[in-house]
Amino acid sequence: MTAVREPAPAGASAGAGSPAPAEAASRFRSPWRRTGSATGSGSGAHSGATHRTRPLDLLGLAPFAVYVAVFLGAPAYAVITAAFQDDSGNATLSNVTAALQDPYRHAFSVSIQLSVISAVLGAVLGLALAVAVSGARRDGFVHRAVTTASGVLAYFGGLPLAFVFLATLGPQGLVTKWLNSAGYNLTQHGFVLWNMAGLVLVYLYFQIPLMLLVIFPALDGLRPQWEEAARNLGASRFQYWLRVGGPLLAPPFLGAVLLLFANAFAAYATAYALSTGSVPLVPIQIGSVMSGNVLAGQQNIGNALGLWMIVVVGLVVVAYALLQRRTARWLR
Amino acid sequence: MTAMTARTATTAAAGPKRRRPRIGRALLLLVFAGYFLLPLYTAVDFTLGGSRRNMGHTLSIWTGLIHQDGFTENLMTSLKIAAVTVVLLLVLMVPTMAWLHLRLPRMRRLVEAVCLLPMAIPAVVIANGILGAFKSWPEAITGSWWILVFEYVVLALPFTYRSLDAGLSAIPLATLVEAARSLGASWPATLWRVVVPNIRTAIASAGILGAALALGEFTIAHLLLLDTFPVWTDQAGQQDGEVATTAAMLILFLSWLLLMVVSHLGRSRTAKTPKLQKTQTRTMQSQKPEKVGTGE
Repeated sequence: MTAVREPAPAGASAGAGSPAPAEAASRFRSPWRRTGSATGSGSGAHSGATHRTRPLDLLGLAPFAVYVAVFLGAPAYAVITAAFQDDSGNATLSNVTAALQDPYRHAFSVSIQLSVISAVLGAVLGLALAVAVSGARRDGFVHRAVTTASGVLAYFGGLPLAFVFLATLGPQGLVTKWLNSAGYNLTQHGFVLWNMAGLVLVYLYFQIPLMLLVIFPALDGLRPQWEEAARNLGASRFQYWLRVGGPLLAPPFLGAVLLLFANAFAAYATAYALSTGSVPLVPIQIGSVMSGNVLAGQQNIGNALGLWMIVVVGLVVVAYALLQRRTARWLR
Repeated sequence: MTAMTARTATTAAAGPKRRRPRIGRALLLLVFAGYFLLPLYTAVDFTLGGSRRNMGHTLSIWTGLIHQDGFTENLMTSLKIAAVTVVLLLVLMVPTMAWLHLRLPRMRRLVEAVCLLPMAIPAVVIANGILGAFKSWPEAITGSWWILVFEYVVLALPFTYRSLDAGLSAIPLATLVEAARSLGASWPATLWRVVVPNIRTAIASAGILGAALALGEFTIAHLLLLDTFPVWTDQAGQQDGEVATTAAMLILFLSWLLLMVVSHLGRSRTAKTPKLQKTQTRTMQSQKPEKVGTGE
């Protein structure tokens, strides 16, 4: 399974404002200790005190905080610190710089190419499909089939996907055999599942559904009234998309491209299983370092590669979150 | 997502999109359908022996799976991991999220950001970090499936946060908890008998997504050299493609089944929303009814 999972971006912030008055007033009256009655909730009389965070309340977050610190924080910290150490634990920058030299430089360039191509293609194709489907009747078969399927397929990375495609376009695959008997040899024409074209084709299988999941709420949020209003004011369909629809959809679209990029960049299992570890991608290189394929003096090169991955994916995910927040302003 | 359904359903039919050239759209849908269905068809055909030259289709690969060395064992391990992951995930996150909504609304942004962190740290890097971070920990944890459970809970945080947050935002949590408390219920009883039943759909989808993740995760288990069903599948693939593909299809169908349940849960909640709105607007005049069923 790949690391980035994004069920429904609309949900997180949308419900935040609604139950405010009653919830806020009762928060003042502690539900923890029984103080007074519940009547009078929502009067707003205590509004000044309602959102104060009490220090003791923070203890309620302690189990969660400790858990995340131990099982996410500690590994991340270990990678980041080890990236700056040599084999005997002395501080050095040599691993961090070596991680940007060949052969790892090549791995970064292949990884980034694969991620960019599969993200942009996935986003464009996903948008096209989403637009085509949003024209269909909402309760109809097509709409329901596509939304259900994208919810399922977006989570479908990893190992099974690789085997499905090996059975289709691998050396023994059915489609390969069909094409062979039709006189077309895929391999001779430069197509194998573990080169760039093959990996993009396979990655699109989870990128397009992920795009649908992310972009559907935004497309649905474009209200027909806005288009009608623009048309009534004399705008052509093209002008509507240029001046209204396009600018509104641009942030969620860009955000989706970033999310898809991070998704592809972090993916390990699919590429590994397709090629048994021979494709030069950064995650595969890290895996290979972990299994001991490393030069003396570069024990921590895997950690340095990991650090750079965190930097790339982290920046991309932060940019995605900011764009998503912008979209949430008009998306309800 | 559910909130929009009602509004757009009425307008979409009359909207200007109807006049699109239908042939182009149908063609586009057909191409996509081909791309997504053909690999599945060929994979199923492959597991039925379709690639063997002079034999008809057979179920023998599927039925023979159970006699494969390590099949049952590793499948059981993965099911166990999935079950424990779901329990630990919910025991950790349901009280935390309820507490967050009740008492620490200001911390929501922060906790959300923390829960999204696993998206920014690739699984490969986490696996690498585990080797460094838990060197001094007992082998019973770091060398066994327990470490996988602990890490899968972390990987499940992003969608668990979203699911539980949407569920808790959709109910009048403070009112419910206060009612329970003023009737004399203890905090654990309130959580178990009032909060949990009210957000059971959100809990179910978080749990199911967590189970699907734990069943199919390959990267961390493989890199830590731990045996799970996906790892076994990969190893089988180096000897027998048909067996491995069949095992992979088994993971696939299991997790699809789970995910279909989630998407069904989402739909049945849409259907129930109007009823919920009525009772809520009666009890809470201040609340805008259209916002009640937000998100998934």
